[in-house]
Amino acid sequence: MSRRARPVLALGVAGLTLSLAACGSGSGAADDSSSGGKVKVGLITKTDTNPYFVKMKQGAEQAAKSADVELTTAAGKFDGDNAGQITALENMVAAGVKGVLITPNDSKAIVPAIAKARAKGVLVIALDTPPEPQSAVDALFATDNVKAGELIGAYAKAAMGGKPVKIATLDLAPGVSVGVQRHDGFVKGFGIDASDPSIVCSQDTGGDQAKGQTAMETCLQKAPDVNLVYAINEPAALGAYTAIKAKGRENDVMIVAIDGGCAGVAAVKEGKIAATSQQYPLKMAADGVKAVVEYAKSGKKDTGYTDTGVKLITDEPQTGAESEDTGFGTQNCWG
Amino acid sequence: MTTSAPLAVRADGPAALRRLLSSPSAGPLAALILASVFFSTATDQFLSGGNFSLILQQVMVVGTLAIGQTLIILTAGIDLSCGAVMAFGGILIAKLAVEGPLPPLLAIALGILACAGFGLVNGVLVRVVPLPPFIVTLGMLNVAFALTHIYSEEQTVTGLPGPLTVLGRTFPLGRTDVTYGSLVTVALFLGFAYALSSTAWGKHVYALGNSAESARLSGIRVSRLTVGVYTIAGLVYGIAALLLVSRTGVGDPQAGQTDNLDSITAVVLGGTSLFGGRGTVLGTLVGVLVVGVFRNGLQLMGVSSVYQTLVTGVLVILAVTVDQLSRKGTR
Repeated sequence: MSRRARPVLALGVAGLTLSLAACGSGSGAADDSSSGGKVKVGLITKTDTNPYFVKMKQGAEQAAKSADVELTTAAGKFDGDNAGQITALENMVAAGVKGVLITPNDSKAIVPAIAKARAKGVLVIALDTPPEPQSAVDALFATDNVKAGELIGAYAKAAMGGKPVKIATLDLAPGVSVGVQRHDGFVKGFGIDASDPSIVCSQDTGGDQAKGQTAMETCLQKAPDVNLVYAINEPAALGAYTAIKAKGRENDVMIVAIDGGCAGVAAVKEGKIAATSQQYPLKMAADGVKAVVEYAKSGKKDTGYTDTGVKLITDEPQTGAESEDTGFGTQNCWG
Repeated sequence: MTTSAPLAVRADGPAALRRLLSSPSAGPLAALILASVFFSTATDQFLSGGNFSLILQQVMVVGTLAIGQTLIILTAGIDLSCGAVMAFGGILIAKLAVEGPLPPLLAIALGILACAGFGLVNGVLVRVVPLPPFIVTLGMLNVAFALTHIYSEEQTVTGLPGPLTVLGRTFPLGRTDVTYGSLVTVALFLGFAYALSSTAWGKHVYALGNSAESARLSGIRVSRLTVGVYTIAGLVYGIAALLLVSRTGVGDPQAGQTDNLDSITAVVLGGTSLFGGRGTVLGTLVGVLVVGVFRNGLQLMGVSSVYQTLVTGVLVILAVTVDQLSRKGTR
């Protein structure tokens, strides 16, 4: 019965939306950032839940507070969510931000939306992950992922001391630049080429602990004599440790990782992971906010690539591989 | 028969008002109005020139998916595969046009037809085998997801020819800019609203959702109708795929991963019953706009995105509660 009334109701809705649209066009150009007073800065991360991005957000918040600017944050719904980031970017531009810091979920797919924002005079800085091409943004503040890989590659080479190695690599996912760069860096740092026969197993983990464990179990099945594990990040490394421990091999398999999260540094301290390359998301975001503030003040845009640094963290240093201990790692960790 | 409805409403005002208030769309409509008023006062930019068209532009993809989802939920079904099917359609359109290479219009047509094909298979499995819609579309979600990633080789497709992005472009209307794509979405909503409320096909869809057995006994060709609804829904997802491609300007294999749940959210918020047979597509439009307005408004206020998720979750639970209570009331 009541279904009949609904089309009428619905017409009312249509009318409302039209009138809203009409009101909208009437009130004119209030989207000027000058009307708000405080400078507005936006931060768009890959997801809300990953501790890495939580730390990044914290860095942005601290910097925004000390510079007395207004920070808005948003994130994709899942790793890879491009449409969600586009929506957030558009809303921030509509809110009148002076600059946006973004960690692209999809390096290529975000480019047209960034171009639109920049066309409206918004400074866009990529954090952590560069867009493709990198020139799509004004500037990039990120870890040198190749270098991060090289550090642990060189460390592993020194620590293995010329013993024959059987390497398992626990990678990220096909085609994701961060994963590819870290993997290539590790291989280069170890002093072999990508097709070297000492790499006996390579599996994708998505950087996930459970998948890291599954991947390592598979690798141990395929090549029981694995004695060195490279992991894309510490969750994958810890998953691998669980699998290795289940086989009773924890004392003769060395694991190296990248990221420098607090749980990861703790795992280095406990000896589960031999070494990790630590990156600094808090610094990326803080520097990003400062760059936007500078742009708002002087109109000067930061350009090009700024390396936000990476350090090797281990409690068993090797000659020829410069490192910091887990005390330093804990002080500067994220998560 | 249907022409008498508006007349009856006009004839007795209080009864019409009561009916309006007891309609499942009343709650979400009130939420939409209240939210709009709230955000208008809380931020300078909510009522500014381009913002409303921006919201419309942001919800057009999920909104279009939600039209197909509404049709299926009206038949007491559910479609978990819509986002994945759309992603496949999008990558197909983009890749055929860029690497095919096919004339863009042919690529678009093939992409939309492929989506309709997924719908057809869903419909056949649901009705002819028959299998529960939840299971069929859960399976199809994985099939479409995998095919998208296999076909795209995990690569985003860029450099799309002009005709693929034309629906993402804007034209000035007064002081605001409107995308062509949002006009397509609005036209689809109005078209399906008409088809559901004023055609025999629409009546049959409601009858099927209320009771498939009664519908069959009263002479409705239930199998053909069910398969048809799923196929049409697939076709609509294909149009959503084109809108997605034109909005983002790329073919994106990662697209649409939460859009199945977002479309169900919109349908539920719009007052359509998950048990079938009750609801309207214009209610769904309200549902879509509620989500879009909250997301936009909270963002303009500088509120973190987790709160958008929180608000959406609370609204969904409220909407289902209203649906349940109003069902009890009518019995």
